Amino acid sequence: MSSMNMIQAINSAHVTLMEKDPKVVVFGEDVGYFGGVFRATEGLQQKFGVTRCFDAPIAEAGIVASAIGMGVYGLRPLIEVQFADYIYPAMDQLTSEAARIRYRSGGEFTAPITVRTPYGGGIFGGQTHSQSPEALFAHVVGLKVVIPSTPYDAKGLLIAAVEDDDPVIFLEPKRLYTGPFEGHSTDGVKTWAGHPAGEVPDGHYVVPLGKANVVREGSAMTVLCYGTMVHVCLAAARETGIDCEVVDLRSITPLDAETIIASVNKTGRCLIVHEATLTAGFGAELAAIVQQECFYNLEAPIDRVTGWDTPYPHVFEWEYFPGPARVGAAMKKMMEA
Amino acid sequence: MSDRGKAAKAAKAEPALAGKAKRNSVPLKLRVPEPPSRPGQAADFSHIKLPAAGTTRRPDVSSKPEDMSELAYGLVRVLDDKGEAVGPWAPKIDPEILRRGLRIMMMTRAYDDRMYKAQRQGKTSFYMKSTGEEAVPTAAGLALDDTDMLFPAYRQQALLFVRNWPMLDMMNQIYSNAHDRLKGRQLPVMYSSKEAGFFTISGNLATQFSQAVGWAMASAIMGDTRLCATWIGDGSTAEGDFHHACTFAAVYKAPVILNIVNNQWAISSFQGIAGGTEAPFAARGVGYGLPALRVDGNDFLAVYAATQWAIERARANMGATLIEHFTYRMEGHSTSDDPTRYRAADERQKWPGGDPIERLKQHLIRLGEWDDKRHVAQFEELEKLVKDTQRQAEAIGTLQAGQKPSPKTMFEDIYCGEPDWRLRKQRQQFGI
Repeated sequence: MSSMNMIQAINSAHVTLMEKDPKVVVFGEDVGYFGGVFRATEGLQQKFGVTRCFDAPIAEAGIVASAIGMGVYGLRPLIEVQFADYIYPAMDQLTSEAARIRYRSGGEFTAPITVRTPYGGGIFGGQTHSQSPEALFAHVVGLKVVIPSTPYDAKGLLIAAVEDDDPVIFLEPKRLYTGPFEGHSTDGVKTWAGHPAGEVPDGHYVVPLGKANVVREGSAMTVLCYGTMVHVCLAAARETGIDCEVVDLRSITPLDAETIIASVNKTGRCLIVHEATLTAGFGAELAAIVQQECFYNLEAPIDRVTGWDTPYPHVFEWEYFPGPARVGAAMKKMMEA
Repeated sequence: MSDRGKAAKAAKAEPALAGKAKRNSVPLKLRVPEPPSRPGQAADFSHIKLPAAGTTRRPDVSSKPEDMSELAYGLVRVLDDKGEAVGPWAPKIDPEILRRGLRIMMMTRAYDDRMYKAQRQGKTSFYMKSTGEEAVPTAAGLALDDTDMLFPAYRQQALLFVRNWPMLDMMNQIYSNAHDRLKGRQLPVMYSSKEAGFFTISGNLATQFSQAVGWAMASAIMGDTRLCATWIGDGSTAEGDFHHACTFAAVYKAPVILNIVNNQWAISSFQGIAGGTEAPFAARGVGYGLPALRVDGNDFLAVYAATQWAIERARANMGATLIEHFTYRMEGHSTSDDPTRYRAADERQKWPGGDPIERLKQHLIRLGEWDDKRHVAQFEELEKLVKDTQRQAEAIGTLQAGQKPSPKTMFEDIYCGEPDWRLRKQRQQFGI
């Protein structure tokens, strides 16, 4: 075990995967010599050589497409798209190709690629360095979508993603890279040191895809969340004193419906929190499942706290970000219902 | 089983490739390009062969692209080591324009230095300097007509100075303060000015390049007289948008000037990662049937002359030109990276193309149109101008303090007209 922040845990996952399997190759913009703009691939090129970890041209469609080709050959490409906001040139390769190669070839060909990409706000990145596009990918059948919230989960989920035989979009909450962020913009920087999930095994382990984590047990309401919002929801529960059951979904495809349904049937209330915009966000899918499966146990309407239906504005980062004040207010309102 | 089915089964039993499997007996190797030097080593630019100024021919503007393809592999240089403008590309240019170019480049550098420091002082979130490549937008901007349309990338801030856009307005954008016309929405340096013919800068790379071609096509569809110019980095030429731009520009002979700013680095990736060591970026134009020029981007006169050539061609309805500007990014990519982590520390000193400001200064002095005293005075005047303007901007506000735009504006401009019920409801929840 070592104390790691999320970047170090992701880096450690790369080392573990690359040591175990020579078919794991890593590439992306600035990931080679420099080790990535967020340092996630630092030292890999020196350790494994330039043909296992290398810089790619600035061409996200090309990065994803070449990863697919390598996957078809039998490699396990683990690639980085520098910001989730930059992934859209690759949409055709992801949605029409990676997602459907298994289906259209009758199972003959597969593209077991993992696309890592930092998402979310909290670093004053403006509208092109802050987006949360998970719902776009969750809507594409054939893609898996994974979002860790701690260093421990990040490493275990990333290993599971790369070892999975399907294409995985691995969204990294960049605001959590260096510490657990509870959503108060004025808070100083907290580190992962001392946090239980900042203790990370050095070797191989897996956090399975599709298994949610009940990070706080409670009886008053269920809070469904993932990524950065897990810590915001825990802070809101603490600050409101409401006995929330906070469920970290960890992956939204596959989705651990069993844990969600059991929790809401127990608490009778369900709040869904994500940083992405509201309309047609993944919260809508969760709300539909919960109302269908738990309708007769619900004591209040399902509610959602999300980013506003606007682009992510630079100066209004904290007005946009669904912080603990907004989440806490929704929790209180739900208890009054 | 049908005959066809039987045939397929038979084919499967005997693979078509049987007997050929051993032809590829040599293990294949993957090549990953590496720059000639890295941190801890001395900078190595020995691979760069600069032709002597004045030695590259200037083809007629009506030349067929295939008859001038060697220019894509050469380098147009006008200023020699003594500051003399030599050869067929030396433009006839009023010294007043040269002095204006020098002033704008110096202003850009002073502005960049102050704004970079402001970011370091926590007054804004982000900044990107254009140090070393100021001649590229400045000379092109001055060669173009002020009504021509510009689709810039994020390192052509000098274009706004060319168009006399107020520095205060630019600083207000850097600070996302109450007077920022973009309402605090955009990352610093992502300027926009319709009035100046300066298209809103995107944080997503290369998108403007193909949009510029569309603007130029529209100008041609409407029988307008305005041209369009656009800029892209060497790294971003790898994006699909670069290739879409070249295809559309060539097919429709769009009145557009396609500028590649090859400043050698895309964050930490040297230009070889974008394919620059296989062939010059200008050479890509040859394949598309576009006339392509490769120019010394630190040579103000060469950039001006090449842009003039492209303008003349476009105005005569002969279509687009691709220009590679060979220059050097003297600083990091932005305030977010440390260049000593990925390139040799003395690269900046050893860059063979020199400093565009120094080279134009030398030329003006040689012409007898400038002197050291005036240069120092102008430097001090511009430092003061930038400082005073900064004070004015900061009196309005910075990212961290002072007046901000109204948060209500966050919900505006998403769709045309008034915000719909959904946004009104969210605005209400937000509390305004």
